[in-house]
Amino acid sequence: MIEKIKEVVKKLFKEDKIDIFIGYGEGTLPLRTTPCFITGPDNIEKLVWNSYCFNNLAVYLPRFFLPQLQKKDLKFPRIGILAKGCDGRSIVGLIKEHQIPRENLYIIGINCSGMIDIEKVQNAVYKMQEVEIVSAKEKSGKVLVENEDNKKVELKKEELLAEVCKNCQYTAPLIYDVLIGEEKRKTKEKERAAFIKEFEKKPLEERWKYFQEQVSKCIRCYACRQACPNCYCKECFADQTRPKWIGATENISDIMFFQIGRILHQAGRCVDCGACVRACPMGIDLRIFTYKLIEDVKEFFGYEAGISLEEAPPLATFKPDDKQEFITEP
Amino acid sequence: MENKNNWEPKIVAFLCNWCSYAGADLAGVSRTQYPSNIRVIRVPCSGRVNPFYIIKALQNGVDGVLVSGCHPGDCHYISGNLIARRKFALLKSFLEYIGIEPGRVQFSWVSAAEGGRFAQIIEKVTGEVKKLGPIKKMVKEF
Ligand code: SF4
Ligand code: SF4
Ligand code: SF4
Ligand code: FES
Repeated sequence: MIEKIKEVVKKLFKEDKIDIFIGYGEGTLPLRTTPCFITGPDNIEKLVWNSYCFNNLAVYLPRFFLPQLQKKDLKFPRIGILAKGCDGRSIVGLIKEHQIPRENLYIIGINCSGMIDIEKVQNAVYKMQEVEIVSAKEKSGKVLVENEDNKKVELKKEELLAEVCKNCQYTAPLIYDVLIGEEKRKTKEKERAAFIKEFEKKPLEERWKYFQEQVSKCIRCYACRQACPNCYCKECFADQTRPKWIGATENISDIMFFQIGRILHQAGRCVDCGACVRACPMGIDLRIFTYKLIEDVKEFFGYEAGISLEEAPPLATFKPDDKQEFITEP
Repeated sequence: MENKNNWEPKIVAFLCNWCSYAGADLAGVSRTQYPSNIRVIRVPCSGRVNPFYIIKALQNGVDGVLVSGCHPGDCHYISGNLIARRKFALLKSFLEYIGIEPGRVQFSWVSAAEGGRFAQIIEKVTGEVKKLGPIKKMVKEF
């Protein structure tokens, strides 16, 4: 696949169709990649494609198209980007929210075979973080890891897949210029929402306890926000001083406000890419909350994020007969 | 010290200027009795109510929040309340999901002519919030 990707990128540069290409490069640590910005045909060899390309690359796009750049008469660049299913859906969201112009993008869609959760590797091999993994090699559905004592272990990729990838519904983007990769990987997409249903069954107090437990771990580093393509706001509510929504405190109520606020801001926009969860240094179960909104938006308004460019965002429109059982004495 | 037996809930009511606020006014001039637990905040439209206002109110220790706007189809700005209805549906469901009692945050439609209905709704909301007792979740304690 990587050869095919390089070939397409090379051609794009040769035909002068793009100025920058955003893909993945080799990470400095095993089991990791780093976002890679290529500005000319000479550096194409830096590109990689493996099971650790989990970053959502869409997060880097809005900064290239800020209105102030245009005001300075700077021309917007033409960007080529590698997009897995989730990245592709985030890109659609950004186009719809007028953050990036479609005509300046060349989307190389890729049919993703799922990304590995590093924690699962660490947990499978050693007790987490006690031993350092010094190398990792991937071959036909297997991952061979080696630790600092030269102990080698072979693991099945399938068992290491990230939760979001396990039941992924859209393994390839729906909007792209070229699509690379075999057919759609079979996933258990029907089971996607099972954990939400499970949680809903719990009594109210238990749910509150869980929310409290998770939130109390948060150190408000805002990494979840930084990793999310939807969080391009010039000034996030969390940083605003007028009005000051959140106190600069460690008070759990302030942390709750941030969490509820950020999660609500994802309504109808979150594509379940898992970037926030991976970015969180405290291992907070953010997905159980973000996915609830995905479910509700689908159930109430029949909308899914990042699927079509035409359909209006769910909170920018309405239907006369929208659900209103929740209204007191309607 | 607040005595538990005569504890009265504090409820913030965001009322749309064009309907529910006038409805409250009508209830007033008609001398219709309703519980005095609500603190009214007049807003230009139910669509003006940012979900953050509601969370902030809870954080500041109010025991309940009511948002009331024009009936669907009657919004002064045509569709403010219909857009709001979508936001509120998600907010209400989400707050309940994370474990906040559903009675704490409520929404209603009351027109300028419905003074009696306004009083009824306040009665109902106040009763429900009273049953729930003082708010504990989400409140910022110093
Ligand atoms: S909220 Fe998290 S899962 Fe959803 S789009 Fe943003 S980073 Fe991805
Ligand atoms: S949390 Fe909300 S305000 Fe902050 S960056 Fe994300 S979308 Fe914008
Ligand atoms: S990344 Fe985790 S710890 Fe940091 S602000 Fe987000 S939830 Fe809190
Ligand atoms: S004007 Fe009353 S709800 Fe919009």
